[in-house]
Amino acid sequence: MAKTFAELSFPGRLIAVEGLDGSGKSTQIYLLKRWLEQQGLKVFFSEWNSSDLVKSATSKGKKRELLTPTTFSLIHATDFADRYERQLVPLLRAGYLVLCDRYIFTAFARDTVRGCPPEWVRGLYNFAAHPDLTFFFKAQLEVSLQRILDGRPQLKYFEAGMDMRLSADPYESFRIFQGRILEQYLGMSTEFNFSVIDANQPIESQQSLVRELLMARIDLSLFAAPNVKGVR
Amino acid sequence: MRKARQKNGVATRPIVVPRPTPRRFYGHGIPNVDRNRLAGKLIVVEGADGSGRSTQIARLRDWLEGCGHATVQVGLKRSTLVSEELDQAQNGNILSRTTLSLFYATDFADQLENIILPGLKAGFMVLADRYIYTLMARDLVRGMDEAWLKNLYGIALIPDAVFYLNVSPEQLVQRNFSKNQALDYWESGMDLGLSREMFDSFLKYQSLMANQFQRLQSIYGFHIIEGNRSPEQISAELKRKVEAVLTGKREAEPESEAGS
Repeated sequence: MAKTFAELSFPGRLIAVEGLDGSGKSTQIYLLKRWLEQQGLKVFFSEWNSSDLVKSATSKGKKRELLTPTTFSLIHATDFADRYERQLVPLLRAGYLVLCDRYIFTAFARDTVRGCPPEWVRGLYNFAAHPDLTFFFKAQLEVSLQRILDGRPQLKYFEAGMDMRLSADPYESFRIFQGRILEQYLGMSTEFNFSVIDANQPIESQQSLVRELLMARIDLSLFAAPNVKGVR
Repeated sequence: MRKARQKNGVATRPIVVPRPTPRRFYGHGIPNVDRNRLAGKLIVVEGADGSGRSTQIARLRDWLEGCGHATVQVGLKRSTLVSEELDQAQNGNILSRTTLSLFYATDFADQLENIILPGLKAGFMVLADRYIYTLMARDLVRGMDEAWLKNLYGIALIPDAVFYLNVSPEQLVQRNFSKNQALDYWESGMDLGLSREMFDSFLKYQSLMANQFQRLQSIYGFHIIEGNRSPEQISAELKRKVEAVLTGKREAEPESEAGS
């Protein structure tokens, strides 16, 4: 079992949210960030902008449908490594509470569904320490699907899992694909010690649970931002 | 040796159909590949820049095609997917170690799936101008975890033969200067900070690489080809060894240099 950042004696802590598209995880991590900031803590929300190089390769591969399960997995691992080495590790060394919308478990679920051997994928990512806390937002498949399909009807090729030839209909393909990803998440839940949040609850109930669990796990007083004059 | 026959003034030799051999990947391999349908042969030539790799590959290709075999070539940084980006990354030196390593693995995987495996399936002789071993050696010299690399390159097909052109670092310097105006930043391992002087760094880096290759040789079983010889001598040795791969027979005795 890989170690967490705390176990590796990093001064910072990493908190990840995982779940299907449409499970409401981004809303919850945003609210968590707002709250932590208002407490005057050193918090960083890791919104990843891929480096130009990786972005160029990824978009070329996607646009021209050049990617196989193996290269899809590798190019995303490349992107993750870039983010990990350039952004996450420095922040965690600097003692931040780092919030990540998706982490390595997204890759584990997605690449395994595409047919890559799970041990191989996990091996690829074993340079990365595990989150100190992982929230998994567990919603009913139909609810997540509805949220996505209602709001954004234009599904992209790989996003809909069209490369797996599950169905010629992008919507049907997306449903099957997401269903399989959910199975993978559920299978990993115990193994990686996910804190499971019932995503069918009201937003407020979820957020109060998220805050409670966070306080129980991490001593937030250690992350007070230094009072620098003129900054706040 | 088969006899060449004269027919209407043209030398004809029976064309050898390569013997199929069982195939394996180093690890998990690529999903959904039927290993029994890879009829061609995968021949790898490894060695530093200036070791004579390209010359030898060009000769092998001429010879193989003359013998009636179709060939296709692959090499590092030649994928449609990421070759341009890799070039840029190297010029700017902006990616960190794991990232660069995975980027190279992506480049390799793209060629494996789009050229090597389809080529073998179609019965081609695939000539690889370097393979996973250079990539592993470079990363090992830079202190990356060997178990991690082995898992990463578990996707690779085990080649039918791997030839490592062994040339001493001192010779490599001379050959690089006879070919180029200056030493290459990466081939000198300048990112490692071994020495601020490029010449010293080159020698140190190339001997570290040679050590890694020696270690890898004991694991992966390369043919070590003495590279401090004339191109003709090397070429003759390679042909004998490749012929043995094609016929599945033992290597023929060297014709002239026996007993040396």
